[in-house]
Amino acid sequence: MKITTAACLLFITFLSQAKTWIVDQRKNITSIQKAIALASSGDTIRVMPGLYREGNLIVKKTLALMGVDYPVLDGENKYEIFTVTGKNILISGFKLINTGRGSLEDISGISAVQTKGLIVRNNKFENTFFGIHLANSSKSLIENNTLRANAEAEYQIGNGIHAWKCDSLNIRGNDIAGHRDGIYFEFVTHSHIEKNFSHGNMRYGLHFMFSHHDAYVANTFHNNGAGVAVMYTQDVNMIANRFEDNWGSSSFGLLLKDIRDSRIEGNLFAKNTVSIFMDGSSRCHFEKNVFRENGWAVKIQANCDENIFKANSFLSNTFDMATNGSLVLNKVDYNYWDNYQGYDLNKDGIGDLPFHPVSLYSMVVEKMPSSIVLWRSFLVYLLDRSEKVVPSITPESLKDSHPVMKNYDYHF
Amino acid sequence: MMKIAKYVAYDIIRNRFVLLYTLFLLIVTVSMYSLDSDAGKSTLSLLNIILLVVPLVSVIFTTMHFFNSYEFIELLLSQPVNREKVFISEFLSVALALSLAFIIGVALPTVLLANNAAAVYLIFSGVLLTFVFVSLASLASVLTRDKAKGIGIALLFWIYFTLIYDGLILYVIYSFSDYPLEKVTLLLSSLNPVDLARIVILLKLDISALMGYTGAFYQNFFGSSTGAIYAFLLLLAWIIIPLWVALRKFIRKDI
Repeated sequence: MKITTAACLLFITFLSQAKTWIVDQRKNITSIQKAIALASSGDTIRVMPGLYREGNLIVKKTLALMGVDYPVLDGENKYEIFTVTGKNILISGFKLINTGRGSLEDISGISAVQTKGLIVRNNKFENTFFGIHLANSSKSLIENNTLRANAEAEYQIGNGIHAWKCDSLNIRGNDIAGHRDGIYFEFVTHSHIEKNFSHGNMRYGLHFMFSHHDAYVANTFHNNGAGVAVMYTQDVNMIANRFEDNWGSSSFGLLLKDIRDSRIEGNLFAKNTVSIFMDGSSRCHFEKNVFRENGWAVKIQANCDENIFKANSFLSNTFDMATNGSLVLNKVDYNYWDNYQGYDLNKDGIGDLPFHPVSLYSMVVEKMPSSIVLWRSFLVYLLDRSEKVVPSITPESLKDSHPVMKNYDYHF
Repeated sequence: MMKIAKYVAYDIIRNRFVLLYTLFLLIVTVSMYSLDSDAGKSTLSLLNIILLVVPLVSVIFTTMHFFNSYEFIELLLSQPVNREKVFISEFLSVALALSLAFIIGVALPTVLLANNAAAVYLIFSGVLLTFVFVSLASLASVLTRDKAKGIGIALLFWIYFTLIYDGLILYVIYSFSDYPLEKVTLLLSSLNPVDLARIVILLKLDISALMGYTGAFYQNFFGSSTGAIYAFLLLLAWIIIPLWVALRKFIRKDI
């Protein structure tokens, strides 16, 4: 009891020591630089509305920097705006515009180096080179920020939220557009990406490299240059995301390159040229996903093994699956295919004949892309039909032995 | 000329064959749209019918009609009427009657049941294909005096354009697959009226798959106004050129 009282007292004295500094261009503290210099660890700095041109703001103390009605911090196309290092720093409610650009340095709206417990919340970024750049940081929360950039080419722009060698990040509810990669992860572990909206970025909506034990849930990736890429990673959970409108020959809804032991569950893939492209990936579970109106629902290279596709819905895709070889080490079972033409005599809801999702012509197109021009001609119809009767070129073993007769009722 | 065309058309429309054709198209179209809730898929199934059945029926009906009304044509030509007028009115009446059947059978239910861009293209291409194949069949029927031979030639046109030509394109693509073939295949396939109609509709339906490099190239071309005009002019050429050749033959022909 005594100890708790003592702790309470200590806490109260600590609170009373924490001061609030107000930066206002019409009062005595007119610059944020000055407030940061005056404040000591644990203080709060409130910044009143206005335009602040203060170059680079370096924060090394535990401070809570809060903007009131979005004060504008202008980097004048020369400076990085916030450079942050330390513990438990909060930055919220600012509008950060016009950072400098660099080809050697990653100049950012907020750059965090070796931080712990950083919170970046409710900020607006406009025309920043990198939006938020995290390096060697942990246990941080990046929440409800809006990032906008309008570069014309990839080399002119950095990533929206860039994390390098971090741990336990939580990136939630951000809206990112016009950057190179919307969200970029490299060597980031145990992190959570949730409910972000990444759209119209030059390269990937989300880019994952060497980042193990992460999850991304309920994000929307729309109309990015090349969709979402997850590479050289293990144990990633990709759940309930939407991958939409990624059009182009090298554009994918989801690119999986050297991925192991991951789960892809309950996602919607709609109107992509290729909704999933898999290369060298193993032991991934694809369950309860919906593939709708894609060019290719799944392109699975022959070097993938032990992946399981179960209980997915394939609706109105031009090609359901394509592969580049005859070796098949993956399992496809209990999916719904709207192209299935078999029957169900014993009425158990499962088709009596197996379904072969790879059509002959999808293999032809895989080899000679320009032959897509003959798609849906009578000739192609005949070729596909005869191949269905006597499979000789398409991999016989790539089949769904238990195609479900009725569409799964997944809602998005 | 209008008078002859009117009589011939009247005669054709009373013909049971055209009525059956209309009914067939109507039943197929309505059942396609009511079977599948997804209008896009029904349009796809219809596409196959239009690319196969419409040319086939046009070709067979035109040649049959021409040879069956040979005596009537002879009778007309014994009167002081221009050969050109007789031939053109024969062509127009057959083409218009079949187009009318197509419009009642396919276009009407399509407009009522499915209102997507692809369906509009489907209707346009169906009518144009009818004209193209009536024109080709007219050429086939003036090439020979023998009815069986005439139908044979007309069927050859049909098989060539729906099947053999695509086989040749596939062969070209296969043999030269190491080269960039986009422009070549675009040119080659646009020289076939059936392929041209198919690609134009395909660009509306399978858009995701086509947005690979090849597809994007096609989309760029046919999506632009130049491309649309090019496609239309080519189809028009496929109507006019065979008809013109047939007309030349018919005028000089010893009947």
